[in-house]
Amino acid sequence: MDTSTKTPAAAAAAAAHLPQVGHPRNAGMELDLDWVAAVQANTSAIERRCATLPGRRTVKKEWQAAWLCRAISLIDLTTLAGDDTEGRVRRLCAKARRPVRADLLAALGMEGLTVAAVCVYHEMVAPAVAALRGTGIPVAAVSTGFPAGLSPFRLRLAEIGESLRAGAQEIDIVISRRHVLTGNWQALYDEMRAFREACGAAHVKAILATGELGTLRNVARASLVCMMAGADFIKTSTGKEAVNATLPVSLTMVRAIRDYHERTGFRVGYKPAGGIAKAKDALVYLSLMKDELGDRWLRPDLFRFGASSLLGDIERQLEHFVTGRYSSAERHPLA
Amino acid sequence: MNVREIFESMDYGPAPEAAGEALAWLDRHGRRFGHFVDGAFTAPGETFATRNPATGEVLAEVTQGSAADVAAAVAAARRAFGRWSRQGGHARARVLYALSRLLQKHARLFAVLETLDNGKPIRESRDIDVPLAARHFLYHAGLAQLLEGEMPGMVPHGVCGAVIPWNFPLLMLAWKVAPALAAGNTIVLKPAEYTPLTALLFAEICREAGVPKGVVNIVTGDGATGAALVAAEVDKVAFTGSTEVGRRIREATAGTGKALTLELGGKSPYIVFDDADLDSAVEGLVDAIWFNQGQVCCAGSRLLVQEGVAERFHAKLRRRMDGLRVGDPLDKCIDVGAVVDPVQLATITRMVEEGGAEGEVHRAQVTLPERGCFYPPTLITGLSPAAMLMQEEIFGPVLVSATFRTPAEAVQLANNTRYGLAATVWTENVNLALDIAPKLRAGVVWVNATNLFDAAAGFGGVKESGFGREGGWEGLRAYLRPARRGPRLAPRAPVAAPAEGGAPAGLDRTAKVYVGGRQARPDGGHSRAIWSPGGRLLGHAPVGNRKDIRNAVEAAQAARAGWARSQGHLRGQILYYIAENLSARAAEFAGRLRELTGRRGEAEVEAAIRRLFTWAAWADKHEGRVKGVPLRGVALAMTEPVGVIGALCPDEAPLLGFVSIMAPAIAMGNTCVLVPSEPFPLAATDFYQVLDTSDVPGGVVNIVPGSHAELGRVLAGHLDVDAVWSFSSSDLSAMIEREAAGNLKRTWVNHGRGRDWAGPEGEGQEFLEAATEIKTVWIPYGE
Repeated sequence: MDTSTKTPAAAAAAAAHLPQVGHPRNAGMELDLDWVAAVQANTSAIERRCATLPGRRTVKKEWQAAWLCRAISLIDLTTLAGDDTEGRVRRLCAKARRPVRADLLAALGMEGLTVAAVCVYHEMVAPAVAALRGTGIPVAAVSTGFPAGLSPFRLRLAEIGESLRAGAQEIDIVISRRHVLTGNWQALYDEMRAFREACGAAHVKAILATGELGTLRNVARASLVCMMAGADFIKTSTGKEAVNATLPVSLTMVRAIRDYHERTGFRVGYKPAGGIAKAKDALVYLSLMKDELGDRWLRPDLFRFGASSLLGDIERQLEHFVTGRYSSAERHPLA
Repeated sequence: MNVREIFESMDYGPAPEAAGEALAWLDRHGRRFGHFVDGAFTAPGETFATRNPATGEVLAEVTQGSAADVAAAVAAARRAFGRWSRQGGHARARVLYALSRLLQKHARLFAVLETLDNGKPIRESRDIDVPLAARHFLYHAGLAQLLEGEMPGMVPHGVCGAVIPWNFPLLMLAWKVAPALAAGNTIVLKPAEYTPLTALLFAEICREAGVPKGVVNIVTGDGATGAALVAAEVDKVAFTGSTEVGRRIREATAGTGKALTLELGGKSPYIVFDDADLDSAVEGLVDAIWFNQGQVCCAGSRLLVQEGVAERFHAKLRRRMDGLRVGDPLDKCIDVGAVVDPVQLATITRMVEEGGAEGEVHRAQVTLPERGCFYPPTLITGLSPAAMLMQEEIFGPVLVSATFRTPAEAVQLANNTRYGLAATVWTENVNLALDIAPKLRAGVVWVNATNLFDAAAGFGGVKESGFGREGGWEGLRAYLRPARRGPRLAPRAPVAAPAEGGAPAGLDRTAKVYVGGRQARPDGGHSRAIWSPGGRLLGHAPVGNRKDIRNAVEAAQAARAGWARSQGHLRGQILYYIAENLSARAAEFAGRLRELTGRRGEAEVEAAIRRLFTWAAWADKHEGRVKGVPLRGVALAMTEPVGVIGALCPDEAPLLGFVSIMAPAIAMGNTCVLVPSEPFPLAATDFYQVLDTSDVPGGVVNIVPGSHAELGRVLAGHLDVDAVWSFSSSDLSAMIEREAAGNLKRTWVNHGRGRDWAGPEGEGQEFLEAATEIKTVWIPYGE
């Protein structure tokens, strides 16, 4: 079954918005079980590092405003609700094109700022693509039986193809948590390989659902296996688990990305998703990326926020920066 | 830069903490300070400048304390002592609680002032120094509250003199003032000359907290002021600082009867095994050696990495170092601030210039401010243990590194130092971690973490890192003494040879030196006749000399590790067995005692048997504690043997005194070199036959009869002896304490006062404490 087939038009569109144009795409590698087995993650040490990070790094005034604008440019503006409709998605796309009030952007000198992508379920891909036509903002589709990933494998692969044909340029797949929980790294690797092939030129983000993996060691190992199997991004969560993106999970995954880059030369992106709702949180995440991976990972081709309510808080902070007055949510257009 | 430019560059911008409040406080004092004595600031005298090391600007002028200033402060503390100590624990707890709360209420002012004066990043003073200081006062409010019920029979020393360093000015103040006050002492504290300001601010809040006049006194000045304080009429000296100065204080206080605790230098190992979470271990080093610019006595400054991962680990480390931000300490986004003073900067620079060439030097790729005392984070790899920088404390942001092959080699390298303050171990293997921790000769061991501190957990060193613990119940004990003071001891001379003595009854018995489980003739080949009070020749005691002591210490060292590792059950069983075998020969020993002293000996033999039972009982019951530290994990206060103990046994109770010294020492896992009662040595030389029949391993107990003065000097000066005790009736305390300064061994001397060996003061808590060290092992956990 050739699930990577897609229309030439879709392929061309994907190429135009390739997120990873500045560096070679992760080609993956043979599964190296020795490396996987040697991975360690000391939970309490990781938590201590994360606990001190917000106290070690801060940005103020112009720097804070600029960093918040950067955060907006990294958002995968997301709606993943059962009651999504075309109208709802069109509104979201409108917000994606103009995430901040025009007068504020003008005051900041940041005209033209958009979010990184819009992220929706398959059925909403086509309306989103239509709503974003001409903006250059790609549409990401959650796929492969999102969020649990327990539908038939054949259908999960087929779903990727469907979304590509509908115009999605990025695919957020979910891994089978059971492969991690049972230590079946070969099965995880093979699954991820197949998803990557199915995605073709579209970029694939591997959602680990870290809240269901039990330990940070598992998170580190699953991250590594997905990168070996060719993931372009690794992503924390579906947003549906009880625990979503956290700093300790992020530090663990980001260190795995760094190790993988050091050994293979491939840069893999990172997407924390779920639970990042405050401007201050976004700044801490940016510091984490900057300090642990470097400035290269502060661009949309290597870093995304999966978030729905984060933008609203950032808008209020930006208005405060521009006016010196604390803002109100009602002063900013809804998504 | 405008927003768009920063949006592209994504640089960190400036994030300065406001210094206005702190500068206004200095202005309110006219930027000139006197001392704080008897509840008020004195008029400034002859002053010197204290500067901001990040800028070189003068912050204020403070007074150089004279001997007269110190005497006035000590007199004020003395006047305040009686009432303060009688006030009761609850009253003191209220004051300590108020101090804790006031530190919190003025947290930012303290933090900014600390950073201005010291150069440490505001993040550290704000998130670490000040909260830990407040925690220390709160914890000690609790100790004050509980003290009377929990530690009966203990009383405060009186006036404490504290001399503290510049690396944690407020926190070290808290570590000295809180336990001193909790225990009911009053205190005169001299802050470091580089960093006096937070102590002066603290003086001010003492008034707000209701600290009575004279209970806390602050005298500023340099080393001369500190020396004057040590020499003043204080009852206890607490010092944190360099080993060099600590040694001088040990010598200066020798024989004065002043209680002493020293928290000194270190060259603490940081061991990374190949199964460690390497990234976390790298991050740990940021907290170990780039915390407070590396100016930390317990800094993990000596990196030991397992060879197989060393290259990768060093690469990760260099990358992390290059990401450190060095600069204005008041900036909230800075990792490494300013070194405290140009003098210190010059020392660091010189040491790296002199020793760096022996290895490979990596200086972090960071930009340093153009002015001020800054030194880049530095890593020196490829050093051998013999390299100067592997041995000497640098006290700056400089990490030295070597590799090891096996756990045993890691331990060997880690312990290959004169110091013994702290150690860090990184491994994901719980078996390895818990095996290594007790083998490291250090007062504090951190597993998979570093530089964790808490008021509930004891902190302090072994070997030349000093003695005494700060924090926890064990720290409080350093500020208390038993209420009882023994009577003055008169020197006991041997029974003089009669004009015409009689020959011994029966066959000649040959007493020897007992070393390594074997009887040996004394090296010097001399013996001394021992006479009964009735003028009968009882026999000859060998006259041990320095070489006999040398041999005995070697035997004790050879036996040390094995005996320390032995189970309490086994040690207890052996002590019971000693008691059993003594009991079997009770009549013989009673007779011997009667011959030696002219008194009936039965009671003393029975008391000795009872004492052996006591220590046999303790052998498997002197448990450690699990400390309630604010951490998901445990801080274990493990009791460990001190090592090799040399002791001059009491003259007045030839058998019971000997047993009262030997039994606690070996019960707690020490090996010992005992010089028996000088006038009545034969009870002890008879005793080695009991030891020989009681399964005591060779070298655990060594007996060298001879002159207390002569052998005591050799023992006290011996660099491979860990503690020396003196209960001699000759007052050798001053000599012992002075000689002990060589390797800063622990001392326990009687200052010419006796104790009732047959009574409760012949055993108990004092002996347990003297025979053990408390090692705090921090084990955070969580998966």
